[in-house]
Amino acid sequence: MTDLGAAFGAAFGMIVQLDAGLLEIVLLSLRVSLTALLCAVLIGMPLGAAVAVFAFPGRRIIVVGLNALMGLPPVVVGLIVYLLLSRAGPFGVLGLLFTPAAMIIAQTILIAPIVAALTRQTIEDLYAEYEEQLRSLGVRPLPSLATLLWDGRFSLLTAVLAGFGRASAEVGAVMIVGGNIDHVTRVMTTAIALEVSKGDLALALGLGIILIVLSLCVNGIAYAVRDVALWRHG
Amino acid sequence: MEDPGTGGILPLSVDSLVFEADGKRLIKDITFTVDAGPRTAILGPNGAGKSLLLRLCHGLILPSSGEVVWHGMTTGDPALRQAMVFQRPIMLRRTAAENVDYALKVRDVPRRLRRELVREALKVTRLNRLAGRQARVLSVGEQQRLALARAWALRPDVLFLDEPTASLDPAVTHTIEDLINTIRAAGTKIILTTHDLGQARRLADEVLFLHRGRLLEQTPAREFFERPRSEAARAFIAGELFW
Repeated sequence: MTDLGAAFGAAFGMIVQLDAGLLEIVLLSLRVSLTALLCAVLIGMPLGAAVAVFAFPGRRIIVVGLNALMGLPPVVVGLIVYLLLSRAGPFGVLGLLFTPAAMIIAQTILIAPIVAALTRQTIEDLYAEYEEQLRSLGVRPLPSLATLLWDGRFSLLTAVLAGFGRASAEVGAVMIVGGNIDHVTRVMTTAIALEVSKGDLALALGLGIILIVLSLCVNGIAYAVRDVALWRHG
Repeated sequence: MEDPGTGGILPLSVDSLVFEADGKRLIKDITFTVDAGPRTAILGPNGAGKSLLLRLCHGLILPSSGEVVWHGMTTGDPALRQAMVFQRPIMLRRTAAENVDYALKVRDVPRRLRRELVREALKVTRLNRLAGRQARVLSVGEQQRLALARAWALRPDVLFLDEPTASLDPAVTHTIEDLINTIRAAGTKIILTTHDLGQARRLADEVLFLHRGRLLEQTPAREFFERPRSEAARAFIAGELFW
């Protein structure tokens, strides 16, 4: 019990004093997850919106596929990206394995389906409301997508958030492709896993606390933005 | 009333129009022609196929067979010379002014002209004080006025209105009907659906009477109300026609 108390004390101490090692890990985690999120949004949102709006053969299969991919096991994604980026793999020449870039690629693959599937749901609902008006005005397909994405921007925040939550919390994929190398690819989740196995609870707890606070803040901000949007836009 | 406009894409001819969904024939072999000028009301009880017919004419849905032909102007896309106002106004999640501006932008109206047209449309519909308000927080009556402003800013040759006052109170209905007449006076052909006999009497110059997917008559309004040709129309006017 005293060990646990001491660990908590040490963890808070590290956070309050902005411990250099801890800060480095937190910043790298944010860099990796936010970059992956940006990539996933750029890929997932237009894809989700297109699937919502356009009728084409095989559309249902894509919808089911996107929903299924939302639950991709991170370790499997990690393994696949590892194989692709390893020396013997097709992209081995790029030398990306065990770099933050590899982690960004793995997380993008992990969360792009989440962003796409949630975007499809949101845009499909909005399109049900807008379709006749847009067609009556003579809006062409691509501008229609842009209109729907813009008008659905506050609802789409949920999709972005879900993606960020998944990216920042997963450990399996970044562990495999990043390798948890100190000062290079060590992020919050992999550091926690390592420190726990080493028995150094203070750093693990400190990172854990930051991870939880971060996720609370992001969700809080998102809800606040949505509330303001609903109040202003109806 | 005399024809105040030049007609543009009109006259509109509908030839042997049939629309089926799920094996049911909802529009049954309808043929008619309407000219520029007189306000046309598509009248009939609920479920007669009025809204379907309007959407077929506007091109929002495609017929199972038959055709919709615009005889006027032969160059350009006739769809771009039409506008439609729906029973429940569909408002984009933008301000009132931006809703009107959006419609103009879609049709490639240059920015400076857009600003002028938006201001004018909002002024005519007396929404200028609400220009900066979010469209979706306006009352339903204000939203329907905005929908009219948005449609009218496009200066269409034809304005389709699908039960434009069905969910509005009498005072707002009066305002909307006034606006429809203003738009008509500026040269736009009005084609509206209604199940409201009072509205048809006030607004229509000619009536297309629909019953169970069939066009039973196309008659000048006054004649329709005094001497309806079909038995169903007589019963409808007398309030005896139940679906």
